[in-house]
Amino acid sequence: MDKKIICVSCPIGCEITTDIENGVVARVSGNRCPRGEAYAKQEAIDPMRVLPTSVRVVGGELPLVSVKTNRPVPKRLISDIMSYIRTLSVDAPVKIGQVLAENLPGTNANLIATREVEQRVGPLGR
Amino acid sequence: MRIAVIGGGIVGSLIARELTRYTADVLLFEKEPDIGWGVTKANSAIVHGGFHETPGTKRASFCVEGNMLYEGLSRELDVPFKRIGAYVVALSDDELPTLQELYEQGLQNGVPGLEMHDRETVLAREPHLNPSVIAGLWSPSVGITEPWSLAIAAVENATHNGLDLHVAEGVTSISVVDAHVKQVITEKSAYEVDAVVNAAGLFSDRVAEMVGLSEPILFPRRGEYALLDKKIGRVVSSVIFPTPDALSKGILVVPTIDGGILLGPTAEDLSAGKKEATETTRVGVHQAIEGARRLVPDLDLSLVAKTFAGLRPETPDKQFVVGRTSITGFLQAAGMRSPGLTAAPAVARYLVHDVMKQDLGLNKKGNFDPIRQGIRSVLDLMGENADALIEKDPRYGQVICQCNQVTEGEIVEAIHRGARTLDGVKFRTRAGFGRCQGGFCTDKILMILARELDLSPSSITLRGGESDLLDGVVRR
Amino acid sequence: MIDTKTDVLVIGGGAAGMAAAAAASNAGAQTLLLERDNEVGGVLNQCIHTGFGLHRYHEELAGPEFGHRLLAELAATEAEVVSGCSVLNIDPEKRIIEGISKTGRVRIATRALVWASGARERPYGSLMAPGPRPAGIYTAGLAQRFVNIHGFLPGRRAVILGSGDIGLIMARRLYLEGMDVAAVVELQPVPGGLMRNVVQCLEDFDIPLLLSHSIVEVEGRERLAGVTIARVDESRRPIPGAEQHFAVDTLILSIGLIPENELILPFTSIDPVNRGPRVNSLMQTDVPWLFAAGNNIAVFDLVDSVAAVGEIAGRSAALHAQRKLRHGHSARLVRGESVSHLVPTSLVGGEGPTKIYLRASRAMRQATLRIGGAVSGDITSRKLPVVRPSEMIEVRISQEELARLTREKEVRIEVIES
Ligand SMILES: Cc1cc2nc3c(=O)[nH]c(=O)nc-3n(C[C@H](O)[C@H](O)[C@H](O)COP(=O)(O)OP(=O)(O)OC[C@H]3O[C@@H](n4cnc5c(N)ncnc54)[C@H](O)[C@@H]3O)c2cc1C
Ligand SMILES: Cc1cc2nc3c(=O)[nH]c(=O)nc-3n(C[C@H](O)[C@H](O)[C@H](O)COP(=O)(O)OP(=O)(O)OC[C@H]3O[C@@H](n4cnc5c(N)ncnc54)[C@H](O)[C@@H]3O)c2cc1C
Ligand code: SF4
Repeated sequence: MDKKIICVSCPIGCEITTDIENGVVARVSGNRCPRGEAYAKQEAIDPMRVLPTSVRVVGGELPLVSVKTNRPVPKRLISDIMSYIRTLSVDAPVKIGQVLAENLPGTNANLIATREVEQRVGPLGR
Repeated sequence: MRIAVIGGGIVGSLIARELTRYTADVLLFEKEPDIGWGVTKANSAIVHGGFHETPGTKRASFCVEGNMLYEGLSRELDVPFKRIGAYVVALSDDELPTLQELYEQGLQNGVPGLEMHDRETVLAREPHLNPSVIAGLWSPSVGITEPWSLAIAAVENATHNGLDLHVAEGVTSISVVDAHVKQVITEKSAYEVDAVVNAAGLFSDRVAEMVGLSEPILFPRRGEYALLDKKIGRVVSSVIFPTPDALSKGILVVPTIDGGILLGPTAEDLSAGKKEATETTRVGVHQAIEGARRLVPDLDLSLVAKTFAGLRPETPDKQFVVGRTSITGFLQAAGMRSPGLTAAPAVARYLVHDVMKQDLGLNKKGNFDPIRQGIRSVLDLMGENADALIEKDPRYGQVICQCNQVTEGEIVEAIHRGARTLDGVKFRTRAGFGRCQGGFCTDKILMILARELDLSPSSITLRGGESDLLDGVVRR
Repeated sequence: MIDTKTDVLVIGGGAAGMAAAAAASNAGAQTLLLERDNEVGGVLNQCIHTGFGLHRYHEELAGPEFGHRLLAELAATEAEVVSGCSVLNIDPEKRIIEGISKTGRVRIATRALVWASGARERPYGSLMAPGPRPAGIYTAGLAQRFVNIHGFLPGRRAVILGSGDIGLIMARRLYLEGMDVAAVVELQPVPGGLMRNVVQCLEDFDIPLLLSHSIVEVEGRERLAGVTIARVDESRRPIPGAEQHFAVDTLILSIGLIPENELILPFTSIDPVNRGPRVNSLMQTDVPWLFAAGNNIAVFDLVDSVAAVGEIAGRSAALHAQRKLRHGHSARLVRGESVSHLVPTSLVGGEGPTKIYLRASRAMRQATLRIGGAVSGDITSRKLPVVRPSEMIEVRISQEELARLTREKEVRIEVIES
């Protein structure tokens, strides 16, 4: 089975054809460089993505902290992972790089904060 | 003595203010959540000279008299008004007779300072005009204002003098007993009254029907505009009219109070029921732009900030319907077509002082205070006062709308003065009215509204009703 | 009230301003940065997606992470940062900058100024689209702040107009937060954003991309109720009969950024294509003490380029303040074939290698970029594998190449299909 993939590893955007036989990539063509081959092989079988999103913060200056997975996770799991992330919350203050969840469902990726959130001050703060 | 004014447009607002000079309970009902959102919101904002009006009509005398009242109103109510003058230009020889007629008509109406100018004089004063201009009628008394600001200011001042204001409360019926008004019934309640003033703009025919009157007969005439950002600079320094045709004053080029340029309006008659058809059309906007280009050929259209449309409440005989009716206690200031904005102060004066005072036996109050102060802008007090203001309230040091340089302090003040919606804040402070059209500040204003009104941000609207801005939360 | 003097004043604390302030301070100048928001970072704070910093840090960072790193670099210098301070006026004669902050008025006299105010989004009104003006129409950046900063969704079902990166990123974001994204609509026959974003933001979630389509009508009196989209012909006019209707309550616009230059417009000359001030390769405008950096010069694709340009501006401003800025030979850089955005618009020698950033005005499969002058002919050329208007081209000009231009008054740069 042939599967066409646009390589996004660099701005050239080669159109790469992968030939999948019994669930493995037998041939790759159309790429201009080895990076493209590696990308296409992964993309054809099990595309991986870094997931950026946010997590609820309790007692923070902001209601949310932006987060990302510290490594790419399988695209097919993104909706499950999102459902899990919706259940999370973290107390302020949050430090950049802080791990907010380890081993996200079905992966060995962690969720890390990509910004700082200070504690809220004032009557409603804690 | 209890008097209800129906309609918080420029006309109803000024009438309500005039009434608070007297010892009577005055109520103002406005169906929208804020003042000035009807015809008063979308028009050319010109305080006309009066030379366009047929001599001997009420329209002509109200217009000329209203024009003269603007300086005083602007001073008392702290509302911008600039007497920048206007040219009516003739672009061909066959337009000259009409120009001459306007001149003579103006003289008869008592319009001050009219002059006929030749091509050279016109082009010297307005160098960007179409070079094929051959003559211009100069009218120095023409001015520009901000109609909704005037309506808001008048209501604020009236409230200060005892007006009982009911916004978001439309009048649904009026009970009449023995040809006397008895009761005003609204969406929320019923009020016993001695007199009612119908100032419901485009809807004044419907209000008249509530007491069984068939006057005024109204139909909407749509006028579409394109607004150029103030970056355009002083392309023209006065209002530019073409030589008019039978239907309207034509498509104009109008400087706005805050430095932009308005192109339009078109004139398109709609069926009587289309009272909310303020959407723009491709054809209309195109016409507005082309019409304006005929007068000022070089207009940078990349500076169009927005397009909008207004609806004129037209009457078949073009006359205002002002005064008593066959129902005792039911008065009208209805069918206020153009130049209704200009005429409004004179109409309010006439109706209150010359009609209602006698009919109802009103007595002057001793303590009427005509002065209202606008929302202070730190920029206007960039001297020492700014520091004092910011020290007292640091929110005056926080700019929220960068384009028009509006601070949080001003926005909070607008909310305390009655803004409940994003448009309410916008029309009171100009926040979100600048070149980014709210791209930078909409979220900030919305959060301030929610905080000040102690509401969830999701319940803040653009302009009331179902115009919700947000739907749903992330992670809560 | 703050009333003070400095060597270098930076206006705007986005990526460009932070990089400029750090560089100016590192070059030994007393430096002050003014940012109107309560935190620095600019647009980076709301861009929580990853894709920042591949060039500068060789890592794919989220926007706030990139901002955090720049801030750390800035904090390591002597530069002073004042946030919550809006600059409202620049007096070019006296070199005095006025603004306000929560502590009162701010008045600063400076020897050199770096203007780094970023860009604003093109608003809906500028489309002159006919129809009503209901709630539910947002620029992408505004929607992005509602979702990412405040934690609110703009509606339930959206159409996105414009396939620039911001539009694509927002399509994914809204989708993952549970909104239904009916389509991304693009007037041009090609996507406006990076292929990578087309794949990862739209294709991953089966969000349709309608190329050569435009919006012809919006409906809804109070809240948006629907939009009508139509295919357009080559001259981008809607084709009658090719309409499609979407019942949506939200319309997100990603129709372009406009460099923000209001405060310097009255006294600086503006390049009409870039829509920002003309700058030489030292990021100096035609007003000698005024330098510029970032999206207010021209809209850049990558924050890495913005930061690099910021550093040049900051360093040049410091040298100017110290009266040490050397101007070698200067040549105007002019657009030849197929060049639209171009930064800088003149080259000055004597300051080491220089980078030129440009956009091609049309897509090409294989192209050659040529730089040369009337006297010396081509001084350099580069092969470009693919050229798309949506992707900025970055060329490094070596000191040797620059040296060959010393006889030129005008240097032409062009992109030729091969
Ligand atoms: C395109 C255009 C250009 C114009 N240009 C000019 C100009 O340059 N100069 C000039 O002098 N004039 C001009 N005019 C005319 C001027 O705008 C109007 O005459 C004036 O604004 C009318 O004010 P109003 O108070 O009568 O009406 P409105 O502003 O419509 O006020 C009536 C109010 O009544 C409310 N209302 C209606 N029904 C009810 C109800 N049942 N219960 C409670 N409240 C109700 C409405 O919501 C509305 O707010 C122009 C008009 C248009 C449309
Ligand atoms: C949605 C989106 C997605 C992007 N995605 C990527 C990506 O994946 N990868 C990538 O490399 N790049 C990306 N970019 C581009 C990159 O983020 C920007 O080019 C860069 O951050 C711009 O920095 P700047 O400093 O020029 O402008 P800004 O970040 O806009 O900063 C300007 C600052 O100046 C301040 N300011 C303006 N006027 C005044 C004043 N009068 N007084 C005081 N302060 C003032 C503003 O508040 C603001 O903080 C993206 C951009 C956007 C909008
Ligand atoms: S295959 Fe190589 S050259 Fe082609 S797009 Fe991918 S990374 Fe670029």
